[in-house]
Amino acid sequence: MDDVSFDVEDGKFFSILGPSGCGKTTLLRMIAGFIRQDEGTILFNGEDMSAVPPNRRPVNLVFQNLALFPMMDVFENVAFGLRRRGEKDAAVTRKVHDMLGRVGLPDAGKKRIGQLSGGQKQRIAIARCLVLDPAVLLLDEPLGALDAKLREHMKVELKTLQANVGTTFVYITHDQSEAMVMSDTVAVMNRGAFEQTGSPQELYHRPRSSFVAQFVGNNNRFSVTPARDEKGLVRGRYAGRFDFLLDAAGCDLGEGDPCELFVRPEAMVIEPEGGAERFNRMAVQVRAVLFDGGNSRLLVTPEGTDDEIVVMLPQTGLYDHIRAGDRITVGWNPDLSLCFAGNGGVLCDGR
Amino acid sequence: MGGRGRLHLGFLFFFLPVALWLLLLIVLPHLELLRLSFTSSRPGGFTLGNYMAFFSEPIYWLTFVRTALYSILVTFLVMAIALPVAFYITKVARVRAGGLLMALILVPFWVSELIRVYGWIILLRESGVINRLFTALGLFSQPVELLYNDVAMILGLVYTSMLFMVVPIVGVMDALDDALIEAAYDLGASKTAIWRTIIIPHCMPGMVSGGIIVFMLALGSYLTPNLMGGKNSLWFTEQIYNQIILYFNWNQGAAFGFLLLLLSSLIIWIALRITGQNLGEVVK
Amino acid sequence: MKRSVFVLFVIAVLTVASVACAAPANPVLRVITWSGYAPQELLDKFTAETGYKVEITLSNNEEMISKLRATRGGGFDLAQPSQDRISSVVEQYGIYQPIDYARINEDQIDPSLLAAVKKNTLVDGKSYAVPHIYGTEGLVINKAKAPDVKDFKDLLDPKYAGRVSYRMKRPTLIGMGFSLGYDPFSLYGKPEEYQKFLDEMEKVLIAGKPSVKTYWDNGDQLLQLLRSGEVWAASAWEQAGWKLHGENPDIDYIAPASGALAWVDTFAIPARSENLEGAYAYINFMLRPENAAFFTNRETYGTASKDAVNFLDPEIKANFTRGLPPEVLAKINWYPTVPAGIEEMEGRTLDKVKAAR
Repeated sequence: MDDVSFDVEDGKFFSILGPSGCGKTTLLRMIAGFIRQDEGTILFNGEDMSAVPPNRRPVNLVFQNLALFPMMDVFENVAFGLRRRGEKDAAVTRKVHDMLGRVGLPDAGKKRIGQLSGGQKQRIAIARCLVLDPAVLLLDEPLGALDAKLREHMKVELKTLQANVGTTFVYITHDQSEAMVMSDTVAVMNRGAFEQTGSPQELYHRPRSSFVAQFVGNNNRFSVTPARDEKGLVRGRYAGRFDFLLDAAGCDLGEGDPCELFVRPEAMVIEPEGGAERFNRMAVQVRAVLFDGGNSRLLVTPEGTDDEIVVMLPQTGLYDHIRAGDRITVGWNPDLSLCFAGNGGVLCDGR
Repeated sequence: MGGRGRLHLGFLFFFLPVALWLLLLIVLPHLELLRLSFTSSRPGGFTLGNYMAFFSEPIYWLTFVRTALYSILVTFLVMAIALPVAFYITKVARVRAGGLLMALILVPFWVSELIRVYGWIILLRESGVINRLFTALGLFSQPVELLYNDVAMILGLVYTSMLFMVVPIVGVMDALDDALIEAAYDLGASKTAIWRTIIIPHCMPGMVSGGIIVFMLALGSYLTPNLMGGKNSLWFTEQIYNQIILYFNWNQGAAFGFLLLLLSSLIIWIALRITGQNLGEVVK
Repeated sequence: MKRSVFVLFVIAVLTVASVACAAPANPVLRVITWSGYAPQELLDKFTAETGYKVEITLSNNEEMISKLRATRGGGFDLAQPSQDRISSVVEQYGIYQPIDYARINEDQIDPSLLAAVKKNTLVDGKSYAVPHIYGTEGLVINKAKAPDVKDFKDLLDPKYAGRVSYRMKRPTLIGMGFSLGYDPFSLYGKPEEYQKFLDEMEKVLIAGKPSVKTYWDNGDQLLQLLRSGEVWAASAWEQAGWKLHGENPDIDYIAPASGALAWVDTFAIPARSENLEGAYAYINFMLRPENAAFFTNRETYGTASKDAVNFLDPEIKANFTRGLPPEVLAKINWYPTVPAGIEEMEGRTLDKVKAAR
């Protein structure tokens, strides 16, 4: 981990998104106080927490495996932190019942942990922390163990829960969809450092590094060699046979230096009409039709290469004739593509 | 039907030796002992005298009470030491160092109890290692007898039964998810609260099974109280030994043996009730 | 104890079986004895002289009785029980036959020992044993540190606080009794008076507890205590004293003023012995002075063979003349047969002493 600096606004849902091994769990454990940072400070409401042990920090952590206490019933799990604070029985009972009500499990108090479903456990783990009214709630990929359907459901539920209680959530995940759906702000983390912090929309539409472009949402990547044409426009030569118009007004691409071009599947148009003159076009062969309802795609290979490109397949009926093996043309508006100079380097963004 | 018949034969084939073994070596001798315990050492038929002797002669039941109380004390001391040791082995030292530490705990048990007790005697006796060291360092003005008292005896009993507590506790503690400890810490628990609310409840089955073993070992111990306890340490097993080996009163010895079995089972049953454990789970 | 019952059961089955198969005229002599009592050299010599092959079974008093009880005196041709373990088992189980002393070479045997054994094994006018080996329990003292210890009662002296050790076993009760002017053996027949004696001993021994470092329990422990100088005076066997005397001349065995206590292991013939000829030959052979001396030189136990002393190694001989000269032997209190119930009474007293604070 080095040189990570960020602020989380009160009452917001903040996510840290990164591939496994990028250091996000370490960061979370530092915030919780389990790991002491070598340098720098962690401030809560302006107060330095570096010397404060986990049991005295106003943050609580929802563990990846939830870590509910199997030796206690649900009520005692939720009451655990309150009892450690030495709160009176009456207050504990009131707060726990109140909290169980708020997570929608008012009658679960007497149940053993083993009797709960995955989603219920999730809610109890969160309730156990929220009942302590922490300044920040840390969540360590708590949805990882759930099946896909429940995960979709819990995403929405977590978001609403956060909106209702108003507690600041710091959520770490490697699943970009979880981060995008729930968060107000997402930090993309790679190799122990933040690549970019911003709203999900910013990250999606204006990634500032090729890593973010690749990691947030789906993207097609082309290695191109830029060159200026006779009109002075920058074109990238791809696979020795295609020349793409690059939107590289803002930066000075050296001739011959390879750069990376990103085009999202939904920016790709199948068989572009004549009206779109500025479109880059490319002849491809269809490898496979990946039907997935509203999310259907085509897997294609540009002529003369082995690269695989994903193209969105709108279910409008227009393209139902396309079969694997067909030769078609795809194209895109250069304004919707992104170009990064060098090896994952600087964004060449005209805007 | 044929298949079932064969299964039955196979079952008998394996079951019979075990059953015979149990019958000949365990059940029959015990029945004989039970019969002896209800017979007088002098000619005569059935008598409760051997059992009555235990209750009517204070020296007998007082010795038993003393033995039982000391065994309970030893059990709790061993628990108090074994818990942090097991914690260190499973949660701090981890795999490689933990294996080494387990081996270190195991090594003393490769030699007999007698040798282990002699080791302590060499350390503690008046002309022993500790005394020499301390007088050489000027901490003692003259050698002090450290052996032959109750503290030395308890020390010996704790030492000889440590392994039997550490192993079951390491077993259960290994299965304790570290996240539970961290979660408790994160939720505001102090170190003592973590031990009280998370680690000890989780380790309870191991502690109870270890506790039963250690309690029975201490109660049934003969050498350690005798050699380390010295002149004041009458242990109940010594009375059984004396009855059978020295006074040839097998009848009285058998009655004492059964009383020991019965009373120690009773104590364990009470302990299980108090801790809310059940024997089936503990044995598992 | 579970195991011993089963072992007894197996042994019983096996011995019954072996008796059933035994041939009538037997060139083999089956002896049940203690470890060390039948050195191979002597057995070879015996076989060369008489032609009898000897089969040795090693055992102890309790086992000897149990085995012979199980076979009603069969299975062995000769046994070596202690003298105090004979008359009661003869009365109860009839496992031994009377000795025909005409067939024993009595000239070889110490007369006082022979007389004592005859007296102690007397049942219905007949005696049942011939003495073989004896040992004593007296005092082992460190003369440099406790020169005044002369008798068992001196072990109670407060000036030796923490420097004294004895066994919490019956010899301590009896030795202490003799030393304090009682005659415990004469009270054996009168349980009430014996109980009174025991109660007295209980008081004496509890009062003497501060002098005791620890009650020793096994020979090694005793040797260690004396050798290290932690203990200056102890009740012990002459073998322990002589062993330590070899290491440190200050330490030696002395017979207490009131007389040492002594046990005698004997020869007794099982009721259904099948080789009487061989048994008597073996008894006379083993008590022959040079043969008895061979044993004593090796094991340092005293022998009932009168003239064996002439064949002893010088240092062994020195031990006996120093520690157990004839005048000491004459004063010895030989253990008589213990009547039933006495040991239980003693046991209770011993437990009370040990448990007392």
